[in-house]
Amino acid sequence: MIENEHPHKFIKYLRTERLPHLFCPGCGNGIIFNTLFNAIEMSDVDFENISMVSGIGCSSRIPGYVKCDSLHTTHGRAIAFATGLKMANSKQDVIVVTGDGDATSIGGNHLIHAARRNIDLTVICVNNDIYGMTGGQISPTSPKGSYATTAPYGSTDKPFNIAEVAKAAGASYVAKYTVAQPIQVSNAIKEGLANKGFSLIEVIAQCPTYYGRKNKLKTPKAMIDWFKENTISLKQAEDMTDEELEGKIITGVYINKPRAEFIESLDAISAQNSDITPEDNINKAYMGD
Amino acid sequence: MTKEVFVQGNEACALGAIAAGCRFFAGYPITPSTEIAEIMSKKLPTVGGRFVQMEDEIAAVGAIIGASWGGQKVVTATSGPGFSLMQENIGYAAITETPIVIINMQRGSPSTGQPTRSAQADMMQTRWGSHGDYETISLAPSSVQECFDYTVEAFNLAEKYRCPVFVMADEIVGHMREKITIPDKIDITPRQMPEKCENYLPYDAPENSTTPMPSFASGFNIHVTGLTHDERGYPSTDDPDVHSKLVTRLCNKILKNRSDIAQIDTKYIDDAEIIVLGYGIPSRSALTAVKKARDSGLKVGYIKLGVVWPFAEELLLEYTKNAKRIIVPELNLGQVYLEVDRVLGKNAKVELVSKIGGALITPDEILDKIMEE
Repeated sequence: MIENEHPHKFIKYLRTERLPHLFCPGCGNGIIFNTLFNAIEMSDVDFENISMVSGIGCSSRIPGYVKCDSLHTTHGRAIAFATGLKMANSKQDVIVVTGDGDATSIGGNHLIHAARRNIDLTVICVNNDIYGMTGGQISPTSPKGSYATTAPYGSTDKPFNIAEVAKAAGASYVAKYTVAQPIQVSNAIKEGLANKGFSLIEVIAQCPTYYGRKNKLKTPKAMIDWFKENTISLKQAEDMTDEELEGKIITGVYINKPRAEFIESLDAISAQNSDITPEDNINKAYMGD
Repeated sequence: MTKEVFVQGNEACALGAIAAGCRFFAGYPITPSTEIAEIMSKKLPTVGGRFVQMEDEIAAVGAIIGASWGGQKVVTATSGPGFSLMQENIGYAAITETPIVIINMQRGSPSTGQPTRSAQADMMQTRWGSHGDYETISLAPSSVQECFDYTVEAFNLAEKYRCPVFVMADEIVGHMREKITIPDKIDITPRQMPEKCENYLPYDAPENSTTPMPSFASGFNIHVTGLTHDERGYPSTDDPDVHSKLVTRLCNKILKNRSDIAQIDTKYIDDAEIIVLGYGIPSRSALTAVKKARDSGLKVGYIKLGVVWPFAEELLLEYTKNAKRIIVPELNLGQVYLEVDRVLGKNAKVELVSKIGGALITPDEILDKIMEE
């Protein structure tokens, strides 16, 4: 553990005994920690009431450093685990941290179905356009023409816009920003926590180690400058052609339209059929009768 | 007051789960287990439980593991193709020591195989279907009553040993209807919440054992990971000793307790020279065959494994010590037979009565084997 005379104001949220962390120098995940804790402090959510769930990948290591209950699961499955965790005790605030490969490649099915159900989860999808943990392979969000260890001639595929996917699948709150917009990211996470339903905040984050090195953006600054140059708002995107939109990062609130939440809908059915509420059964496994 | 009901095996499993305290089910429809999901979707909302039909079986096991950490007793039900998809997260439950119950109504296989026909061909998959060294518990009901009883027992074992427990039934038992007795008082094992203390270590378990399991949102602030972890639950993936200690304990907490976990029914074994040793539905035919053989004066005994895995080596060596022949009937091409031969084959000749395709092994087929010598 590193001693510091002037500890960071968010250090209290960290498992300091696990520091230093495993992220590379210049990784965007530092800004994710910062914006997340800032959002929690701005919101009505009690930190003690938060459980975090993640899958596999660099950003999925974030919850392991946060001093709350955290479930580091299998690749792509975080949202499925989170669905069960939330249903077992819906009083918890459940935050999922996942990456582009985790959420939209191996875990794409779980993402769209959780969005469809509108279950009350707040998903922070850290999109660095590459598989960082395994050393720089192509991802479903890698821009067309970008290079990776498994796309040595450049990617041929049209990338997902994760925010559009989540919105189309039925999420009730979706926002997308880059790490160069930390205030907007914090506000979006705060909105996501407040939304009673499925919320997804996509954050474009730099991976100078792999994405940058493969794509002539070797420093964190070069990557963040690249984000800034290519960021446009949803409003600006409205009047642009498909050709003009290629390679652009379209930021803003994609949807903020509350609708019936999954567990509340289930509980309305329970209430018609029984006097026993699911709340009576919280931690039922510990009851002997 | 005890209650008698006339139900199918699938329904008995669902009733057993709720009786054991299960209040969460996540699953995906698959023949021949679908009735369990249907019944749970109807019954859980009446007891304050919650049901979800997930997008696939991978998600189903993910969800029940999540709900188990959320403080619930949890179950899912499936058959072969779904069981294959579940293997990934079964390994996760094993290494994180998460109590979960999975009911597998086995059907003809491999692949999509025979959706409406019986088999016992997932008996090796249930043991090591996920990658890595790990041990779990598998029970095999041979009747509708045992579908109820063993499902309750599966929940109790899952809590006691903090591991995945499988109810390895089959299509015949699942769809068969029999009268069963539901006792008014059922022994259930509650989960133990650990005591809060400074420097709490969630994975600081004694050798060959496990520890009390906290639930999320109870103030323990624990980290749970599928990576090799130390006593704190934190990843420690490079230290050979940490890995060796963890995985050895995960296996030994089951293997070293196999005589306690065992559930073995025996009949006529004291003087038996031939023993028919089975599990699940073929045991019904085996008992009829053994009785017929006894009627004709042959010294034949009967053993039925309620718990197949862990394999109760010491008890079975004791029960079969005078036997010259051991006959294993099973609805596959010889799976549990291999383990019987490994453990008991030094003292007795172990023989297989195998049938695949969906029909049950008949008493006469077992009797013919008994009469062979």
